[in-house]
Amino acid sequence: MSDAGLTMEAHGHPPGMVVGLPPFTVPAKKMAMWLFIIADAATFAACLVVYGFLRNGSADWPRPFHSITNVALMTLILLTSSLTMLFGVRAAKAGDKALAFRWTMITALGGVLFALLHIREWLGLIGEGMTLFHNPWGNALFGSSFFAITGLHLTHVAGGVIALVVVGLRYKGGRFNASDLEITGLYWHFVDLVWMFVVPFVYLLNLGH
Amino acid sequence: MHDSTAHEVHHAPPSSFLRKHVFSLDHKVIGKQYYALALVAVLVGMVLSWLMRLHLGWTSLAIPGLHLLSKTGAPGDVMTPEYYLQLMTMHATIMVFFVLTTAPFAAFGNYFLPIQVGAEDMPFPRFNMMSFWVTCTAFVVLVASFFVGDGPTLGGWTQYAPLSAVGSVAGPGEGMGVVLWASSIAIFCIGQLLGSLNFITTTLDMRTKGMSLWRLPITTWGWFVTSLMGLTAFAVLMPACILLILDHVAGTSFFVPSNLVLNDQLQPHAGGSTLLWQHLFWFFGHPEVYIAIVPGMGIVSHVLITNMRRPMLSHRTLIYSFGALAVLSYMVYGHHMFVSGMNPVSSIVFSFPTLIITIPSTIVVLIWIGSLYGSKLRTNTACLFSLGFISMFITGGISGFFLAQPSIDIMLHATYFVVGHFHMVMGVAAMFGIFAGTYFWFPKMYGRMMNETLGKIHFWLTFVGAYCIFMPFHYLGLAGNVRRYQAFVADYMQPLIPVHKFITVAALATGAAQLIFLYNLFYSRYRGAVAPANPWQATSLEWSTPSSPPPFDNFGGKLPTVYHDPYQYGVEGSSGDYVMQDSPEQIQSVRDEA
Amino acid sequence: MAKFFAITIIVIAIASAIPIVRHTWWLAPDISTHGAPIDEQMSETMAEAGVSFLVSQILLAIFIWRFSQPRPGGKIKNFPGGAMGLVIGAFLLVGTEVLALGAFGAKAWASIYFTPPAPNALPVQVQAGQFAFYFRYPGPDGKFGPIHPNLISETNENFYGIDQTHDADSKDDIVTAEMAIPVNREIQLLMHSKDVGHSFFVPELRIQQDFVPGLDLSMHFTATKIGRYEIVCTQLCGLGHYNMKAYLSVLSPEDFDAWMKKEAALQ
Ligand code: HEA
Ligand code: HEA
Ligand code: CUA
Ligand SMILES: [Cu+2]
Repeated sequence: MSDAGLTMEAHGHPPGMVVGLPPFTVPAKKMAMWLFIIADAATFAACLVVYGFLRNGSADWPRPFHSITNVALMTLILLTSSLTMLFGVRAAKAGDKALAFRWTMITALGGVLFALLHIREWLGLIGEGMTLFHNPWGNALFGSSFFAITGLHLTHVAGGVIALVVVGLRYKGGRFNASDLEITGLYWHFVDLVWMFVVPFVYLLNLGH
Repeated sequence: MHDSTAHEVHHAPPSSFLRKHVFSLDHKVIGKQYYALALVAVLVGMVLSWLMRLHLGWTSLAIPGLHLLSKTGAPGDVMTPEYYLQLMTMHATIMVFFVLTTAPFAAFGNYFLPIQVGAEDMPFPRFNMMSFWVTCTAFVVLVASFFVGDGPTLGGWTQYAPLSAVGSVAGPGEGMGVVLWASSIAIFCIGQLLGSLNFITTTLDMRTKGMSLWRLPITTWGWFVTSLMGLTAFAVLMPACILLILDHVAGTSFFVPSNLVLNDQLQPHAGGSTLLWQHLFWFFGHPEVYIAIVPGMGIVSHVLITNMRRPMLSHRTLIYSFGALAVLSYMVYGHHMFVSGMNPVSSIVFSFPTLIITIPSTIVVLIWIGSLYGSKLRTNTACLFSLGFISMFITGGISGFFLAQPSIDIMLHATYFVVGHFHMVMGVAAMFGIFAGTYFWFPKMYGRMMNETLGKIHFWLTFVGAYCIFMPFHYLGLAGNVRRYQAFVADYMQPLIPVHKFITVAALATGAAQLIFLYNLFYSRYRGAVAPANPWQATSLEWSTPSSPPPFDNFGGKLPTVYHDPYQYGVEGSSGDYVMQDSPEQIQSVRDEA
Repeated sequence: MAKFFAITIIVIAIASAIPIVRHTWWLAPDISTHGAPIDEQMSETMAEAGVSFLVSQILLAIFIWRFSQPRPGGKIKNFPGGAMGLVIGAFLLVGTEVLALGAFGAKAWASIYFTPPAPNALPVQVQAGQFAFYFRYPGPDGKFGPIHPNLISETNENFYGIDQTHDADSKDDIVTAEMAIPVNREIQLLMHSKDVGHSFFVPELRIQQDFVPGLDLSMHFTATKIGRYEIVCTQLCGLGHYNMKAYLSVLSPEDFDAWMKKEAALQ
C-alpha cells in the first residue's frame, strides 16, 4: 500500500477544505459549471436528435430560408462576444478590474444584440404564418422544432446576459472575483458553441434553392 | 430528527426551526428527508400493488372503500379496466422514480457520501436543499393527478406515444393525467441534476487529507458512478417530457404521425414520429435501471465486507466494473425495442452490447461470491439482506440474459417474463440494497440499534415471499401471459389464472411483512438500544465521527486524516481484526490489491 | 441461521428450476416454419443459463454455509486464483456464451427478418385499432384499394376507410373480424395501425410485432398446422388493451376457399 496520500499538502484552502489529489484540483464552482455544461449539452443533443429524426422521416420538410445574411450576422455577433469575453477574463486575471468589467458589459451587449436580431427573425417568420403547430410550407414540425431549439438557445442567451451583468456588477463591487468571471465566461462560450451546431442543422440544411 | 443540526459549510449551526428541519442545508438532514420521501412513496406504491394484485386474482372483487379513492374508477368498489391501468402506471412511476432513485442514491448518498470522503458538507448546500424540495414537488405533482379530472394517466411508466400524446380521446387520464405525469418527471429530472452536481463535486473536491480516489469506500464509488450516469440520462429525459407536454398544450405533433383516427375522429396532428419517443425514453430508461442498481451494489459490497471481516478480492475490479456498467448502459437501450418496428438490423446491433453488459455484472457477482470464500461471515440482518440481494440479482440478471436475445425476445417481450425480470432485479434486489443500508446505517443515523429479531423475521418473510411472487411471473411469461392486462380473457390464459391467485396471496403476505419493518423502524427510533460508537467494527470514516448521529459539521470541527485503504479487515491491529481509515496505526499484514 | 439460509437458497433454486425442467408452463407448441431456430435458441439458453443459475446460487449457499462458522483464530483465506482468476473466468464463461448464443441468435433473427416473402405469398392486411383487429383480403383482383382515413368510421362499419363506390381496387376487397389462412402457404402480413400502438402476437406462430402508427410494416410466415389460435395485442393501447384479440383459423386450402366465399358474400 502506498501512502502517497500523506505527502499531499493543503493548497492554501481554508481549514477543513483540504482538496484531494491532482489531477482533480479544479475548484468546485468551476467543476460544477463543467458538469452543468455536460448535462446541458446532452439536453441540446437530444433536441437536435429529435430534429434530425423528424426531418429524416418527413417527405415535405420545408426549406424556407433564402438568405444567410441574418444568421451570418447573428453568428458573427455571438462569436465576437465570445472573443470579448476572453478579453474580459484575461483582463480580470491581470487584475485590471475596470477593463474586465468593460469587456464583460460589451459581451453582454453582444448577447442583447443577438437576442434582438433573433427575435426580429422570429417575428418575421411568424409574420409569414409560421407557428408552433403550423407553417405554410410543409411539415408543421419544422416550426415546432425550430421554435423549440432556437427558443431553448435564446433562453440560454438571455440567462447568459443576465448572468454576465450580475456577475460583472458584483465583480466590480468586489463580491465576486476573477474566477467567477471566468466561470461565467465558460458558460458563455458553451452557448456560443451550441449555436455553432444549431446553425448548420436548423438553418443551412433548410436553405431553399 | 430533533437532534440533527444544519449548517452551511463553515458557518455556525442554524438556530431557527425552519432552517433546522425544513429548509435545512445540512446534507444529513436532506438525506433523511429523502429517506422519508422514499418511505412515503414506497408505501403508496406498495398499497397500489396490493390493489392491482387483488384485481388480477379476483377481477370482479369489490375492495371495500375503493370508491373513496376514485368515484369513476371504482363504481361499487370494483376496479374498472382503466383504473387498473392507472394504478399500475402510478405504481411503476412512484417505485422507479421516487423510491429507487431517491432511497439508495439520494437518501443514503446525501447522508454518507460527504462523511465517507471526510468532508463537512457538500460544496453547494443550497443546490442540495433545492434538489430535495424540487423532487418533493415532483412527487406532489404526480400524486395530484389522482385527484384531477379523470385521474392519472393509464399509459404505463414508459408512456408510449401516440397513446400518451393525443390527449383525452385516447382514454381516461390521457389528457391532464399525462401532462401532470410529464411535468412531474421533468421537475424530478431537475432535482436529480442538482443532486448529481453536488455528488460529483463532493467526491472530487471535498476529500479530506489522504483520501485518494482509490481509498474511497465502494459505496462512494457507487454513488459517484451513478451521479455521472444521472447527469446525462436525466438531461435527455427532461426535454423529451417537455416536448410531450408541448404536444398536449401547444398543439405540436412531435410524437404523433399524420392520419390517426381515434373514436372516429381524424386527429389534427401530422408529421411526428412515435418511435422517436421510444428512442428518447429508453436512452434514459436503460441508464436509469443501472442508476437504480449501482448504489445498491455499492451498499451491498460495503455491508458484506464489514461482515465478512475481509476486503473484497479486488476493490479496483469492482470499481472498474461499475464504470463499465455505466458506459455500456448507454449503448444497450434498443433492447427494449426489439419488436417495436425499428429496423431489424438495429436489434442485432443492440443485442451484442446487451449481452456484453452481463460480463461486468458477472464479474461483480463472482467477486462477491469469491470473497465469501475464506471469510469470517457474520449473519446479522444487514448482511442477510446483502446476501439476499446477490441471490435475487443472479435470478433477475439471468432472466435478462434471455431477453437480451432478439429471437427469444419475440416470445417473451411484453409478457410477464419481463415483469418477473425487472421485479427480481429492481423490485427486490435493489429494495434489498435499501434494507441492507437501513439496518447497517440506522445506528449511525439515529444513535440506536434496530431490533435484530424483528429484522430477521422481516428478512425471512421478504426473501421467501419475494421468490413466491416473482419467480412464477417468469413461468407465466413463458406460457405467453401478456403484461398490462387487467383481466385474462384469452382462452389460452385461462389455465394461468390460478397462478395469479397464488401470486396475489404471496404478495399480500409479503406486503404485510413490511409492516414489521415499519414497526421496527419507528420503535427503534425511539426505544432501540443505544448504539455503540462503532457497532459493526467497521473501518470507513462514517464510524469515525465523534457521535451518532454526527454533529452538524460531521467531525466536530477537526477533519480526519486518512492513512489507509478503505477496508483494512483481517489484519493484526491493536484494536482487533481491523484498522480504521483514519487510524495512524501501522499495519502488520497488508493484503495487496489486485 | 446461516446454515438455514444456505439450505433455503438451495431449495428455492431447485424448486424454481423444477417447473422449467418439467415444462409445466412452457411455450405453446410451434406451428410455424421459422420457429424451430427460436425454440432451439430458447432451449439452448435455458440449458446454459439454467446451469449458471443453479451453479451460482448453490455456490453462494455453500460458501455461506461453510464460512459462517470460522474456526477461532483462523486466518482469512483468498479464493484460489484470486480476483484475476474470477475476471478471466467471467470473460471466458460469459464471453463464449455471449458469442455463441449471440451469433446463433442473430442467424435465427436474420432468417425471419432478412428474407423477402415468396412472390406467391398470400397478402393479408391487418389493421389494429382501439380495441379490435380487422383483416382485409384483396379479393380476386389481388389488389388492395386505397385507405381514406377520413372515411374510417366504426358507426358505419367502414373500419378501413375504403371507398367502394369510387376506388375500383376496393370493390372486391373483403374485410373480416377474424383471420383465416390456408395451411402451408406463405402469408404476407401487411400491418398498420389506425390510432395508437398495438402489437400482433400469436405465440404458436412465434410472431410478435408492434404496429407503429404512421408506418406500414410487413411480416411473412407459414403456418403448418390446422387449428384455431388466438391473436392478442401486447402493446398497451388503452383501457380495452386486455380485451383486444382475434381468432386465427388455419384451414385446409379447400376450407379456406369456402370461408373466403362465405365472407365475400357477407360484404
Ligand atoms: C435494476 C434494474 C435492472 C437491471 C440491473 C437489469 C439488468 C439487465 N436487463 Fe433489464 N430491465 C429492467 C431493469 C433492469 N434490468 C426493467 C425495468 C425492464 C422493463 C421495462 C419495461 O418494459 O417496463 C427491463 C427490461 C429488459 C429487457 C427488455 C425486455 C423486453 O421488453 O422485451 C432486456 C432485453 O435485453 C433486459 C436485459 C437485461 C440484461 C441483459 C441485464 C444484465 O445487466 C443482467 C446481468 C446480470 C446477470 C447475468 C447475473 C449475474 C451473472 C451470473 C450469475 C453469471 C452467469 C450468468 C450467465 C452466463 C447468463 N432488460
Ligand atoms: C422498484 C420498483 C418496483 C417495486 C418495488 C415493485 C413492487 C411490486 N410490484 Fe411492481 N412494477 C414496477 C416496479 C416495481 N414494482 C414496474 C416498473 C412495473 C411496470 C409497469 C408498467 O407496465 O408500466 C410494475 C408492474 C407490476 C405488475 C404488472 C402489472 C401489469 O403488467 O399488468 C405487477 C403485478 O402483479 C406488480 C406487482 C408488484 C408487487 C406485488 C410488488 C410488491 O408488493 C412487492 C413487495 C414489496 C417489497 C418487497 C418492498 C417494500 C419496501 C419497503 C416497505 C420499505 C423500503 C424502504 C424505503 C424505500 C425507505 N408490479
Ligand atoms: Cu391494442 Cu393493446
Ligand atoms: Cu434495459
